[in-house]
Amino acid sequence: MKELDPMVFLAVFQEMLGPMLWVMLFAALAAVVAFVALVMREKGIVSRRLVRAELLGLIGGVVALVIMARVSSSGFTDAGGPADWFLIALVYGVGAVATVILAYAVMGWMRPRQAAR
Amino acid sequence: MPKPRLPQAQDPRIEPMRRRFLATLGALPLAAAAASASAPARAAPLKTQARIVIAGGGAAGLTAANRLAAALDGASITVIDPRKEHWYQPGFTLVAAGIKPQNYTVSDTGSYMPKGVEWVADKVAEIDPEGRKVVTAGGKTLPYDFLIVALGLELNYAGIEGMDTARIGQDGLGSIYHSPQAAAATWGAMSQFTQSGGVGVFGRPAGEMKCAGAPLKYTFITDDRLRRAGTRGKAELVYMAQSKSLFGVPIVAEKVRMLFQDRGVKVNHEHVLQSIDLGKRVATYKTPTGTAEQAYDFINVVPPMRAPEAVRNSPLPWTEGPFAADGWMEVDRDTLRHKRYPNVFGVGDVAGVPKGKTAASVKWQVPVALDHLLGDLRGQPSKEVYNGYTSCPLITRLGQAMLIEFDYKDNLIMSFPGVIAPLEELWISWVMKTMALKPTYISMLRGKA
Repeated sequence: MKELDPMVFLAVFQEMLGPMLWVMLFAALAAVVAFVALVMREKGIVSRRLVRAELLGLIGGVVALVIMARVSSSGFTDAGGPADWFLIALVYGVGAVATVILAYAVMGWMRPRQAAR
Repeated sequence: MPKPRLPQAQDPRIEPMRRRFLATLGALPLAAAAASASAPARAAPLKTQARIVIAGGGAAGLTAANRLAAALDGASITVIDPRKEHWYQPGFTLVAAGIKPQNYTVSDTGSYMPKGVEWVADKVAEIDPEGRKVVTAGGKTLPYDFLIVALGLELNYAGIEGMDTARIGQDGLGSIYHSPQAAAATWGAMSQFTQSGGVGVFGRPAGEMKCAGAPLKYTFITDDRLRRAGTRGKAELVYMAQSKSLFGVPIVAEKVRMLFQDRGVKVNHEHVLQSIDLGKRVATYKTPTGTAEQAYDFINVVPPMRAPEAVRNSPLPWTEGPFAADGWMEVDRDTLRHKRYPNVFGVGDVAGVPKGKTAASVKWQVPVALDHLLGDLRGQPSKEVYNGYTSCPLITRLGQAMLIEFDYKDNLIMSFPGVIAPLEELWISWVMKTMALKPTYISMLRGKA
């Protein structure tokens, strides 16, 4: 058995996060489903809401970097090369996109399109 | 017709591709290793009545036990080890750096012991490869068809005259390797040194040792702690290298030389710690021209290391060559199989192979050794080869490390070519060391990585 094994990644991430892994995966999945369902229901994106979600996303990226710094006992100020800038961009990006999707879905389901206008 | 499988790491086209794919996942170096080394076979377990004894329940022993338990049906698998606590040794430097608490490195051996494996909580007293049996200190005799020796190594503190492990943490005496308690006590002593300043002395023993990068890391960490405390100007740091080089891999040695120069660490070559006066704080070194004394305010003592007594007193060690004096097991470096007793394998620190006495070595050695053992059971010889891969995230300051991976031939290996340069001080390598390494290590123990 020498092929790339996704089970190895699952095992490692399970050790790293414990039950939190499943909570996070479920939350991520729930947010995406809620987002997609909302877009389908409203037959499009509500731009005002998206802009607000994106503003929150900017903060979400920062929060992701702060969490990363805490758990790694270090921070992006320790960046020493291109791979580090890539990692910083990745962490910020994941935090931002996740926040946008979540915020958009929450706002949309709390105040559907008709009410938002 | 299916294409024949190439032995691992022999197809140069496939390996880098695989690793690159893993890199794009933002994955971990050991996980990359895990995916390309054999993962535990999920094929139907092999039916066998074989009696397999695993001497030692540390990193290598537990990894072997879990993988064998998953791969075999009906075998009698026994692990012999008296230790209830399992120590995550790669974490010792982080404890001694004041980054992680002592309990970060401590867990229960029992929690990794697979079902169906008998755990004999006793010390191995005698190994008799002629009679194919192991005898414990409690007098229990365990006959075997296959023996996996994973007894690790012995820290020979008695090899340094005047050394007393009970005084680690006092009078500027540090020694990380001894135990989690000693690692924490070393942090206490080093922390004091960063306030007082003075002379900090580092070094490593002659002969084979586990994680040869750790003494270098701790020098860098101390330098950084002094700088953060604003007392670097009050301190002098001296590194006593046991040979003419700072590291076994020449290209890495040269990089470390440059970094030490940059950080103002003075280096003395061919200095081996011989004795220490803990009260007067003076260390005495053996040099090519006699002995040399070095006064210190803080010292990190790394003891000489050798094979455990049960192995040294058995017929298993090398009888000639560089590994003979300290009793390391005479195994074939490609297969980890004993050269004179084919049903005996040696994995982990006890193996008499060049370089790697690290968890990363275990990660790569155990699947290869077990594949050869399973090949014997199946009657189909294995072609798996261990190329000496090992890795060392060499911390160069808090928040940065160099991800160094190499093999028997001193080649640098890159798990993430084009992304993570091995000789670059990077945050991402530190992130791997602090976040990803322990979960990967634990997954390895469980036979899942």
